[in-house]
Amino acid sequence: MNTIRRTFLKAGVAGGTVAVAASAGLLTPGSVLAAWPKSAFETKKMNEAIKILNGSDSTSNSKDISVEAPDIAENGAVVSVTVKTKLANVEKISIFVPENASPLASSYVLSKQTDGFVTGRIKMRKTSDVIAVIKAGGKLYTAKKPVKVTLGGCGG
Amino acid sequence: MAKKMKVRAWTSGEKTTVKAILFHPMETGIRKDKATGKVIPAHYITEVKCEHQGKNVLTCLWGPGVSKNPFLSFRFKGAKKGDSLKISWVDNKGGSATTTAKIG
Repeated sequence: MNTIRRTFLKAGVAGGTVAVAASAGLLTPGSVLAAWPKSAFETKKMNEAIKILNGSDSTSNSKDISVEAPDIAENGAVVSVTVKTKLANVEKISIFVPENASPLASSYVLSKQTDGFVTGRIKMRKTSDVIAVIKAGGKLYTAKKPVKVTLGGCGG
Repeated sequence: MAKKMKVRAWTSGEKTTVKAILFHPMETGIRKDKATGKVIPAHYITEVKCEHQGKNVLTCLWGPGVSKNPFLSFRFKGAKKGDSLKISWVDNKGGSATTTAKIG
């Protein structure tokens, strides 16, 4: 009786360990992905990148977002872009350049304390729109600004 | 080693503005070395974390599409003079740096 109980317990513990190991193994890529979404940066399709980052790719145009960038960028290697929004509860701001080899340039995850405002410098291969996708209150909003590039900045 | 970033943060009213320059080559992995014709391996910052008094205010996820020596500016609420602002980054080759600035 006792031995059976022991065996049962042992088996239970062993089984548990396997389950934990399996779930840990399964979880690892997930947590890495959450930290830095490699696939979103590698994909050549903008919609796919939006989906990976935000869980959905259905965006609607918004007048409450302003994308500030130069009309003509002489040097595509350094294009200063500012994204501002009046939307409340901004969770994420992502900046895309559809004409680049990989459209996703950068993505910012905001806390509740943080304003809907970020500035950064991005590279642009050639003349293209700069698109901002903002996740606010669980919904996706977008706005864009065309930038003319006279000298590409992605090498090659 | 050369300085890896410059950070300025100041409060006016209820908002704090942060400006930072991170010194990094940000190689895309597409560019070729003109002298040798070899592709320069990708080397770029992937993640930047900005913490105010230990609390995360902004996480930046960057790809190779961000310019060399990246510039970053953002604003947040709830900080006062003398608070600490910690900015740290990691790159795709495992390099990292951390700087703590005082909000002025």
